[in-house]
Amino acid sequence: MTAIIDYGVGNLFSLECSLSSIGEETVITNDLKMLDKADRLVLPGVGAFRDAREALRKSGLEEGILDLVEKGKPILGICLGMQLLFDKDYEDGVYEGLGLISGEVRAIGEVIPKELKIPHIGWNALSIKKNSRLFKYINDGDYVYFVHSYHAVKCEDDTTSVTDYGAPLTASVEKGNVFGCQFHPEKSGEVGLSILKAFVEI
Amino acid sequence: MITKRIIPCLDVRDGRVVKGMNFSSLKDVSSPVLLADYYSRSGADELVFYDITASSDGRKLFTDILRETASKVFIPLTVGGGINTIDDFDRVLKCGADKVSVNSGAIKNPGLIKETALKYGSQCVVISADVKRVDGVFRVFAKGGRENTGMEAIDWIVRCVKNGAGEVVLNSIDTDGVKKGFDIEMLKAVSESVDVPVIASGGAGCIQDFITLFKTLPKVDAGLAASIFHYGDVKISDLKKEMKENGIPVREV
Repeated sequence: MTAIIDYGVGNLFSLECSLSSIGEETVITNDLKMLDKADRLVLPGVGAFRDAREALRKSGLEEGILDLVEKGKPILGICLGMQLLFDKDYEDGVYEGLGLISGEVRAIGEVIPKELKIPHIGWNALSIKKNSRLFKYINDGDYVYFVHSYHAVKCEDDTTSVTDYGAPLTASVEKGNVFGCQFHPEKSGEVGLSILKAFVEI
Repeated sequence: MITKRIIPCLDVRDGRVVKGMNFSSLKDVSSPVLLADYYSRSGADELVFYDITASSDGRKLFTDILRETASKVFIPLTVGGGINTIDDFDRVLKCGADKVSVNSGAIKNPGLIKETALKYGSQCVVISADVKRVDGVFRVFAKGGRENTGMEAIDWIVRCVKNGAGEVVLNSIDTDGVKKGFDIEMLKAVSESVDVPVIASGGAGCIQDFITLFKTLPKVDAGLAASIFHYGDVKISDLKKEMKENGIPVREV
């Protein structure tokens, strides 16, 4: 069973449906007991880092989640949910992340050519850097759907794929039982569902 | 590299897909859920559901089919039509929409874009503009293209983007339904004025129209069409193959 962590940010309907469609029992919950019972966790997120970080803190779930992850429960952060996994974020200030993966979250505008639009919206190809358990059913060059203006940096050791948007942007990370996708697997068609399938099989 | 998006648009009335010629003479085409699933499998990069229902009963049917579609189709869904308030945003987002497109609603209430962009993020707010030449000037039309607002189109679109719209759908009334190609002149003017993605709509009749669009206007991010896809005049897989052969970045299927 997979628990989608509900801390009041974003719309979890598509995520829930995508997991159900691959035959995974899924709950959306803010109950720590349910998170504990689940085999794995998904940390979603949209909007601004600061608001999401604040919402997570206020939910009172943070310590519990960190504890479960420490004990080995797999967690997948998606989009802003992935960004929350890092040490630090520089979106309108400096904010502490969950610190589950070393690295920082910076504006993509710092690295991409000026003529490219921000946010990076649309389908882009994954360039696989390192084998990841999430990539069991997909191939190098497969396309996934992105919507973001910030990306993770200084996390080369744990980066499993990047995508080219005038500069390489971190697309996915894996460190032990902690996984992150900058793109939206729940909106990336068959490729996205294959990534979720690989995650629920871990 | 980011790919150019191909977007079928499903005009929905009372839970069924329809498509008009120059916004009139609507004709029933098919079931939205079936069409959406078919398009998703055949390589559509995104889908637009446009609710042209007037009644509240029809609106309920629309959210039902939206919900059903979103539970089965895992590509981005944009919803437009009848979006006038923040509650309308809420209603369709809860049913699985990823982006919400506003048209007349933003004209009636200029604060709507700012308010919704703050609440849901710019990536969620799309300004859809129906534009027509009147005495050589691009004018914004409201109410499904029936009413000239008198506003100059580029000004209006730039203002919407400044207020937080994260994407622009430009629908040329002059070329809509004519099937002789996108409105290159109008799209050029818009794509040079904003730095958010621009989606071309209105006029696609064949594969070459998309090639011309993306070759002539590299700043345009996506092409939207309805009837040529619904009636099978253009298959998305064939379109993407030709785009690739012409050196246009495209998500292969």
